[in-house]
Parts: sequence; C-alpha cells; structure tokens
Amino acid sequence: MSSVHVALRGVTKVFPAGGGGPGVHALGPINLDIRKGEFFAVVGPSGCGKSTMLELIAGLTTPSEGSVEFEGRQISGIPDGVGVVFQEDACFPWLNVRDNVAFSLRRQNIPAAEKDKRVDDVIAMMGLKDFARSYPAQLSGGMRQRVCIARTIVVEPRLILLDEPFGALDQQTRLLMGDEMLRLWRTTGATVFLITHALDEAAMLADRIGVMSARPGRLIDVVETHWPRERDSRIVERENFGALTSRLWKSLREESMKTMGRMGIRT
Amino acid sequence: MSRVRIYQIAVVAGFILLLEALCLAGVIDKVTMPPPHIIFRDFFRMISAGRYFDEIAKTMLNVLTAFALAFVIGTLTGTVLHGYRTAREILDPLFATYYAIPVFAFYPLFIVIFGLGDGPQLLIGYMLGVVAVIVTILNGLDRVPNVLKKTARINRLGPLQTALKVTLPFCAPYLLTAAKLALAYALIGVIGSEFILAHAGMGYEIGFAYTNFDNATMYPLILLVLLISIVANGLMSWWETVLLTRRGIK
Repeated sequence: MSSVHVALRGVTKVFPAGGGGPGVHALGPINLDIRKGEFFAVVGPSGCGKSTMLELIAGLTTPSEGSVEFEGRQISGIPDGVGVVFQEDACFPWLNVRDNVAFSLRRQNIPAAEKDKRVDDVIAMMGLKDFARSYPAQLSGGMRQRVCIARTIVVEPRLILLDEPFGALDQQTRLLMGDEMLRLWRTTGATVFLITHALDEAAMLADRIGVMSARPGRLIDVVETHWPRERDSRIVERENFGALTSRLWKSLREESMKTMGRMGIRT
Repeated sequence: MSRVRIYQIAVVAGFILLLEALCLAGVIDKVTMPPPHIIFRDFFRMISAGRYFDEIAKTMLNVLTAFALAFVIGTLTGTVLHGYRTAREILDPLFATYYAIPVFAFYPLFIVIFGLGDGPQLLIGYMLGVVAVIVTILNGLDRVPNVLKKTARINRLGPLQTALKVTLPFCAPYLLTAAKLALAYALIGVIGSEFILAHAGMGYEIGFAYTNFDNATMYPLILLVLLISIVANGLMSWWETVLLTRRGIK
C-alpha cells in the first residue's frame, strides 16, 4: 500500500472569466500523493474546488498548471481504469437496473457470457438482485445510487472517484452505504478518492483525510485516521472518533467562515 | 378503463349524437352535412368497395415520406445544432418567426420549380414539420442532465455514441412529441396542397367532391383523414405515456 497511485504536482485550475477578465482561480497549487489501495477523503468548504480536483483526476478537465498522474502516467483525457460515482442521480432513466449496470461494459472486449456473469455478480453484491428488471423511477434514492456504484465497479476500476455520492441520502442510509463502500473497497482492492462535505463520513471511511482551504482550494492538512482495514460504521463508537472529527473541524472552521464571509453571511 | 377515459369517450359520443340530432332536426341542412350515421354508412361502403384506395395510398405515401424527411432531418439538424451555440443563436430568430411564414403561399413557386408531381406536396409537408421537430429536439437536448453527459465521457463515448446512447434516448419523450407534430404537419401540408393544385390524392378528391356537392364521397374521406390522424397520434401518445410512466413522470 505504499506505491503512489495518483500524484498531483503543482496543480492549479483557473476558470476563464467572460469578457477577457482575469478568471477565477478555483484550485491550487495542490501537491498530493494518493497511495495505491488507500481510501483517501477530501473535505473542504463549499466552492473550494473539491469537485474540480476530482474532475482533474478523472480527466474530465485539464489543469491550468501542473500535472496529474495516474499509475505513473500523466493524465490527458479519461484514463483507463478509472470509475466515477457522482452526487447527482446518474442512472439512465430509460434503462432498467440490469441494463444500467451493463452499460459500462458495452465497450469492453470480453465475451457476452463473461459480461452477463459480471453484471449478475455486481447486482447481487449491491443487493439489487430482486430489482434487476426495475427502472430507476421505481427505486429509492439510495438504491439508485447503488445502481450507479454497481455501474462503476462492474468494469473493475483500479481507481474509484466518489463525488459526494451519499450527499442526497438520509443519515441512516449514508451510514449503511458507507459500510457497503468499505466492503467494496476491501473486496476490489481499488484506490478510493472520496469528496465529501460530511466530516463524520470522511472520518469513518478514509485512511487519510485531506482538508482544503477556502477558494482557491489548497490542502491545509492531511490527517491519518489509523483505522484498521476491516472496519465499518461502528467505528463511530470509538473514543478517538470524536477527537478525529474535532481535529478536522478545527482545521476547517476558519476556512468555512471565510467562505461564508464571501457569501455575505455573518457568523 | 379509467374514469377519465370513459368521460373522453362520452364527450366524443355526445358530440356525434348532437350533430346527429341537429342534422335530423334540419338545423343543419342535409346539403351542408348529412347526419353522422349516413357518413359512417358511406364510409364503410367506400372502404368495403375499395374505392379511392389508389388515392388514399398515394396521399399516405406522400404523408409518410414528408413525415420521415421532417423527422429524420429535423432530429439530425437539432442534434448537430445543439453542439454549435453560435449557429443556434443565429438561427433562433428564424425558428421563432418561422410559423409566421405562410408556406402555402410558395406553392405556385414550388410547382414552377418541381412541376405538378408529388414534389411540391412533399416539400410543403416537410417544410411545415421540420422546424417544429428541430425546436422540440433542441428543447429536449437542453434538458439532458450534465451528470449523464459526464457519465458518457467517463464511459469514453464519442460525440456520435453519446448522441445515440445517452442524449437521444433521454430525449425519447421529446422525440415522440416531435414525431406527433411532424405527422400532423405532414398531413396538413400534403392534403392541403392536394386541395390547391394537384390532380390526384385524397385532398384532390375531397375538393373535387366538394365542388360537385358529392357529400357521399367528401364526408367519408374527411372521416378517413380524421381516423388516420387520431389513430397515429393516439399510438404515439400511448407510447409516450409508457415512456413517461417508466421514468416516474406520469
């Protein structure tokens, strides 16, 4: 678990402004090494560039400066072996659960029988077996997100990027989805990069947590959780869980206040 | 059968019965319109005798061709145009004012260019429908959630694959609305053109029967046009309902 899987080297992102202005400096510079097989979470105030960072790693956008490397190669375009789960419902409403999950495999050069088996296995793993023929509109928000996760992991990605995937779910469902995510992480051996607003979610799931500053987002702290690999949501009962979330909040509080100040909200 | 559907049938049946009563009471002159039961009788006689089948086939072929042209070209144009913001902004005023242009006014010009054949009728049917299709497709494509486009990119779909596998399937209900509009306009364009200067087709026969006070031909043909339009639209509406129900919208 020591080799570098994803590396960000002096990465900045500036979005051009309309009318030829100076542009919006959204992110960076960021320097970060994510180890192979680790669960890395990022927390930060709203608008600090967390999702931009994820999109840079996913190859959905390019850095203004610096470079992003995945498995030692600089990313240009969508890299092979990367899967993304978004916060918004990304199920295709015209496809049933099975076809949604199989969608990711359509470009994979593997025999049809193998494809079917992989889809069936992942659907079973995500507890969706009884809903394979259901359409997304017939499922709850949590189940739809499970479909999206299934569609991501069916291609067996080596890096899973999660952009606030449980943000729209209620607290109990989030905890249970977190358990499922941890189980998947252990089963697949993939590296997981999670963006979240929720400090407890980051503290429960991650091996390391990066804390970002207000815009332009920079990493101001990286916290090791020292949790065992075999863990689940019951980790929140541990005595040092509170201390961990307190440390995260201590790092984040001032940055969140800056963001609120920019929005004109007095604290 | 739902209560709403029963009311819908009752409204149509009530309207037909009202017409029947007005015709039988002489409020509507029988030279102007025969009672509906006579129209239905003449309609079944016309169909069972196979009269005007060539005319019906010719008109329907032209309607289907104009519909297919408007739908396919409109869908392709809308899909391509959606990717070119500047071109769309340039064309938006044209789309907004397009239906203020009386396309039928150009019919004599089309006859000069294309002759008295089917060309001018097809062109009018196509021209009436194509912009409605383009505007509807653009409207649908504007509503494709960004997250689905990102998912397509993550799955390494190119622009064509994204259109075929993601954006157009998302727009299926809009495609059906576009198809309904294209069909309605194709019927109006082709049959309307046949009325004016054609020498064959359902529109021509309806016009010919009208000038000869031949109600036994005119009204059954009008009824046939109505039935074709209602059945085709009904089927597409049913399909649209299936899609929307599947998406939890209806």
